[in-house]
Amino acid sequence: MLGENGAGKTTLLRIIAGLSRPTRGSVRVLGADNPRDVSGRMGYMAHSTLLYDDLTARENLEYFGGLYQDRKILSSEEARDLVGLNNVDVRRRVSEYSQGMKQRLALARALLASPELLLLDEPFSNVDANSISAMALLLGRLRDEGTTVLVITHQLDALAGVADEWITLRSGSIVARSNSLSESASMRSDG
Amino acid sequence: MNLARTFVLHLRKDLRLEWRSKDAANSMLFFALLVVVVFAFAFDPLAEESRRIAGGIAWVALLFATIVALNQGWARELRNGVLDALRLAPASPNALFLGKVTANFLFVALVECLVTPVFIVFYNLNVLGSGWQLLLVAVLGTWALVVNGTFFGALSIRTRNRELMLPLILFPISLPALLGMVMATTDILTGERVPRDWIKLLTVYDIVFTVVSLLLFESILGAE
Repeated sequence: MLGENGAGKTTLLRIIAGLSRPTRGSVRVLGADNPRDVSGRMGYMAHSTLLYDDLTARENLEYFGGLYQDRKILSSEEARDLVGLNNVDVRRRVSEYSQGMKQRLALARALLASPELLLLDEPFSNVDANSISAMALLLGRLRDEGTTVLVITHQLDALAGVADEWITLRSGSIVARSNSLSESASMRSDG
Repeated sequence: MNLARTFVLHLRKDLRLEWRSKDAANSMLFFALLVVVVFAFAFDPLAEESRRIAGGIAWVALLFATIVALNQGWARELRNGVLDALRLAPASPNALFLGKVTANFLFVALVECLVTPVFIVFYNLNVLGSGWQLLLVAVLGTWALVVNGTFFGALSIRTRNRELMLPLILFPISLPALLGMVMATTDILTGERVPRDWIKLLTVYDIVFTVVSLLLFESILGAE
């Protein structure tokens, strides 16, 4: 999902997640009229990390994993493996992590309950190029395994070979929708 | 079973975070000690007079100190947007509420344990009534402050002036409980009468406000 600042991307993502209510219209997510009813089947990664700075990576993942008791939960090690944080000292608190590591840990938290719908708001910000490639590969793999992944990003190249569809928002409305990045770019410049 | 497990999870997390940061305990302890010492110098009371005013001073000091802890407790969930993660998790909101109330209760109880000896020395107190009744009043009174404070702390969490908003809402609501705590404590300290009715008032207050808070907390947590 693309769009300039203030286009409504984050608001739309929060509405889909059930964190905000639409002022008009309705949203249907995973067959439910109320997203809250299916929140356990969704993973959400926001601008903020949604993590406790004073806990370690393992403590954070075990705590949030424990809140999803009716679903099969990845272990802390499995989740860290997925995002390439397996070599991190588990005794370090999150406050001591670099911004890129925090972002990857935030993604691991969103993946804990093996969500059917993954909502990611700027997952690549402050992440180094190698980590971006690894994260994009992971998202591609999740898509292949049947997870629907909705990503807001300004780093279009990161998802060039991964995304199936590009949606451009402007002032809260979809102004372009395309299956390729280049087509999307031309439609946006036309619009 | 799920509720109990999630409750333990929240409680353990809150205790761990407080153990590492000591934000709430330090500020509460400092504040409570400050009030106790300042009042002791301001009044310089005799033993008999002390027994009459000590209940009021102790509970007012704890009420103000509790506010500090309660604000810290929810502010922690706002950092890094953690509250959104809690709102999205398919776990019982009541487990979160009870976990936070219990954690706050333990923090305040710890401060009470540390401040009480100082209080006894500064006010030259010796309890003439029953010690176990004093303990019961302390437990019921602390629960009353904490359960309301945690609930209204959650209610005011998204307001801009939440540090001001919490006492503004909490103090009027807590007045019946505060009256019960002060009167019961004074009765026990002076040994003049058994504060049976005040203890009943505190018990009913605790039950009513715990039940109402549990019924409403999910709506508060889900509000934007």
